[in-house]
Amino acid sequence: MEKYIFYAFAAILLFSATMVITVRNPVRAALFLVLAFFTSAGIWLMLEAEFLAITLVLVYVGAVMVLFLFVVMMLNVNLTPVQEGFTRYLPLGILVAALITAEMIAVLGASHFGLDIVSAPIAHGANYSNTKELGRLLYTVYVYPFEIASVILTVAIVAAITLTLRRKTSKFQDPGKQVKVRREDRVRLVKMDAVKPKPPAVASEETAS
Amino acid sequence: MTAIALSDYLILGALLFSLSVAGLFINRKNIIILLMCIELMLLAVNLNFIAFSHFAGDIAGQIFVFFILTVAAAEAAIGLAILVVLFRNMSTINVADLDQLKG
Repeated sequence: MEKYIFYAFAAILLFSATMVITVRNPVRAALFLVLAFFTSAGIWLMLEAEFLAITLVLVYVGAVMVLFLFVVMMLNVNLTPVQEGFTRYLPLGILVAALITAEMIAVLGASHFGLDIVSAPIAHGANYSNTKELGRLLYTVYVYPFEIASVILTVAIVAAITLTLRRKTSKFQDPGKQVKVRREDRVRLVKMDAVKPKPPAVASEETAS
Repeated sequence: MTAIALSDYLILGALLFSLSVAGLFINRKNIIILLMCIELMLLAVNLNFIAFSHFAGDIAGQIFVFFILTVAAAEAAIGLAILVVLFRNMSTINVADLDQLKG
């Protein structure tokens, strides 16, 4: 049963990957890529990587692919010149892909990584939490790479915003002006005597008389 | 009914990887599809990592996939930002037209 599910997922994954690289419309390619991510999330679930499967759906389908679709729809690309040379490079692409596949199957095939050499691991019980184990390792042994990953994300968001920001139409800071400013430009000190104002009732009587 | 071997997962990853390499070759004009092919490649690599992690009983491989996902998200964000700037300046995403550096 498990094997049939695996083959079904593998067939859908390879089909959607083929559609991603052959379809003409980039929007359709992005949607097939979403299908590929969903299917491989299912395969990761079969490999007992539950947290990463959910992360794949959340991060890739939820964020990256939405970004892709956003850019594809925003760019309004003229499709006809972009597609030229498809048949010209097709034999070369198929040749390289077949060579890579043949080499990797020769190295990674059943003779080296089959069931009789690498036996299937015993499945974890129902009380095993993949997320808990991952978190325990991530926040102890790998806490320093985790911090670096957060720095990478911060750099990425700063770079993406800086690249796409239009200086003419949007508000921005001029560091030169900020450095050049002096206290006299910002603050005006007013010297005045410390006198107590008269009570308001008396003042109204004076104006009436 | 035998269980799924490690080689099945590895061959699936190899097929996915070579499909995306073929995609890089046949879609040489469209940068968006090229970026999608790179995402597919990273997916194949991640599949290999998780398969080895599962069969070796070592969860450190999944940690590695976690960091690959982080870097891939950053890469996609910056790549698409560069693509938007490129399209704004050149009004094209055809790779053949991007010869400003005369390399």
